[in-house]
Amino acid sequence: MLDATTKDIKERTSGGMINPAKTCQPIGAMYAALGIHGCLPHSHGSQGCCSFHRMHLTRHFRDPIMASTSSFTEGASVFGGGANLKTAIKTIFQVYNPDIIAVHTTCLTETIGDDIPNIIKTAEIPEGKLVIHTNTPSYVGSHVTGFSNMTKSMVNYFSEATSDVKKEQVNIIPGFVNPGDMREIKRLTRAMNAPFIMFPDTSGVVDSPMTGEFNMFPKGGTTQAELADTGNSKITVALGRFAASDAAGQLDKKCKVPAVTLKTPIGIKATDSFLMTLRKAFAYEVPYELEEERGQLVDIMTDTHFHFHGKSVAIFGDPDIVTGMTEFVLSLGMKPIHILTGTPGGAVGSAVGSFEDDIKELVDMAGVKANIQASGDLFTLHQWIKTKPVDLLIGTTYGKYIARAEDIPLVRVGFPVLDRSVHSYMPIVGYRGAMRLIEMISGALLDRQDRDAADEDFELVM
Amino acid sequence: MRQVAIYGKGGIGKSTTTQNTVAALAEAGKHIMVVGCDPKADSTRLLLGGLCQKTVLDTLRDEGDDIDLEEILKDGFKGTKCVESGGPEPGVGCAGRGIITSINMLESLGAYTSDLDYVFYDVLGDVVCGGFAMPIREGKAEEIYIVGSGELMALYAANNISKGIQKYATNGKVRLGGIICNSRKADNEYELVKAFAEKLGSQMIHFVPRDNIVQRAEINRKTVIDFDPTAGQADEYRALAKAIDGNDMFVVPKPMTQDDLEALMMKHGFLDAIA
Repeated sequence: MLDATTKDIKERTSGGMINPAKTCQPIGAMYAALGIHGCLPHSHGSQGCCSFHRMHLTRHFRDPIMASTSSFTEGASVFGGGANLKTAIKTIFQVYNPDIIAVHTTCLTETIGDDIPNIIKTAEIPEGKLVIHTNTPSYVGSHVTGFSNMTKSMVNYFSEATSDVKKEQVNIIPGFVNPGDMREIKRLTRAMNAPFIMFPDTSGVVDSPMTGEFNMFPKGGTTQAELADTGNSKITVALGRFAASDAAGQLDKKCKVPAVTLKTPIGIKATDSFLMTLRKAFAYEVPYELEEERGQLVDIMTDTHFHFHGKSVAIFGDPDIVTGMTEFVLSLGMKPIHILTGTPGGAVGSAVGSFEDDIKELVDMAGVKANIQASGDLFTLHQWIKTKPVDLLIGTTYGKYIARAEDIPLVRVGFPVLDRSVHSYMPIVGYRGAMRLIEMISGALLDRQDRDAADEDFELVM
Repeated sequence: MRQVAIYGKGGIGKSTTTQNTVAALAEAGKHIMVVGCDPKADSTRLLLGGLCQKTVLDTLRDEGDDIDLEEILKDGFKGTKCVESGGPEPGVGCAGRGIITSINMLESLGAYTSDLDYVFYDVLGDVVCGGFAMPIREGKAEEIYIVGSGELMALYAANNISKGIQKYATNGKVRLGGIICNSRKADNEYELVKAFAEKLGSQMIHFVPRDNIVQRAEINRKTVIDFDPTAGQADEYRALAKAIDGNDMFVVPKPMTQDDLEALMMKHGFLDAIA
């Protein structure tokens, strides 16, 4: 498998990708929209787009993902999709009756230039119902961009500053993470006694329990009232520059809610700065419960450091997750020598900054020399690994081909993970998430050591 | 900031009229940005004193997404800011998408600064697809002027463009500000275009007479105002600029049927000429 991949890296001038490390914008927009309570994501484009996006999300979360489509035909492509979208909106409210429809575009509808807000204005929308939209051309950015765009649209459509005096509450934008992570971030915030609104919040939607009854719109998700109230909060904490900071910036612009952008709280350092930000904004004490967890984590890190200390690792995936993972593995004494994301390093003109600069700062501080690339693909990553092998690969399911070809263990982190289950319920964020990551990383490394050990080196205690 | 889009039949003189009007407004001390929305990228030639060397989409193609505003926004006559969106070679790609991309890019790069009095969009031909409607989508140009003449095809195009405006005006803020008659010396042109504009529910905002000095200025890569500020034609453009600056008649146009349009033509255009 992947036998044709060679060591020597040739500069590619065509701009083509081989085994991309990203997917399209609407997937992110669809996922974000599911984090609104009672919301049906709607894909404005051909049926295939919608089917693929639903399928991809379903395979990752192992939960049914609901979404509708404008079902473009050749005629709609020529004459514009206004009629399709209007019919869709009417039918959806009649048949599925969501509270909100969140429309995102696709490559086709972006290219023909359908003016979505204008179409929405002329659509028949029942009293008390709402249709929102975001633009998601897939030839720009990645699924992370789509998530960011839809989250920003939530601010545009819902957030309102109804009073000059801000409430003692924090907005938390979790970024493109699993519902298990969102639950953990909420638990940490609750433990800090800080009143909060998390948006989008897909917990209780894509990890909803089996109750014996089908519910198209499960209990979870940020409510409309909460989304409106985000304009009255004292502060917004955006977790992840790429998936969360745009929406936070928009809230600042629209409602004068100051924004703090932090790393996705993966590992001890990033979790510390998340909790300290809450402490600083609200002057709450960090409770013993969390101090204890942190202490446990430090204890585990010292007890097990010889499992991973000095091991080299390659990390790929979405920029916010990869940045957090890089910082964490460095704190474990590992050497991340190949670090890559498929998402472009910074959107045009936006304030998200550069992925490559962020990572370089981290590895430089630790004195590690690394290959770093934004807008990269897995072919490049594989070539790097062939040139300079690693002990461990951390990334999504798509890394399994490289792991097999190079015979290295793979720890599955990020989106999508299509070949293992339960991961979306369990956090990688916070102190407990860090413990789980250590368990996964050292488990993978020790399993390998066991597998390779000669009989006389096969240890009972490790 | 007033955002103005100029539409009209191909070859009617949109770019020439736009640039001369902008030059007159700039002369009067206004701060203006001109956004050329034509793949040929010739909407700012007279203001810049030559074709724009690098369009937004050229820059995007050569240098990727990492673009600085200074690379695409050039200073022209009397400090006017000029930008060309550019587009694909004839016969390939999608020019409409190009317009969407470049206007989005201008927005995200912060080109729309609050010190601007005017933004002018010079848009190619008819509103042929969604992309060419970008300048009149929400939050962009709210007033449109159509350049026309007394020729049937120019009025036909103007009428067609009015249909596009009507569609966007029903739900948005975009309005027709008037018809600019760029004279072709057609028979009874003044009365015909005036009657046409009034039928649409709008006005003929100015009648720009035909004068060869415009051609001479163009060969010299200049607007008339720049080339010969004392010329009578320069005063015509000043009058047009003043009319636009003081305009308060913004309407949702009522496009005519083809039969009505032809009847109007017969009434004003030919019958008087025959008689």
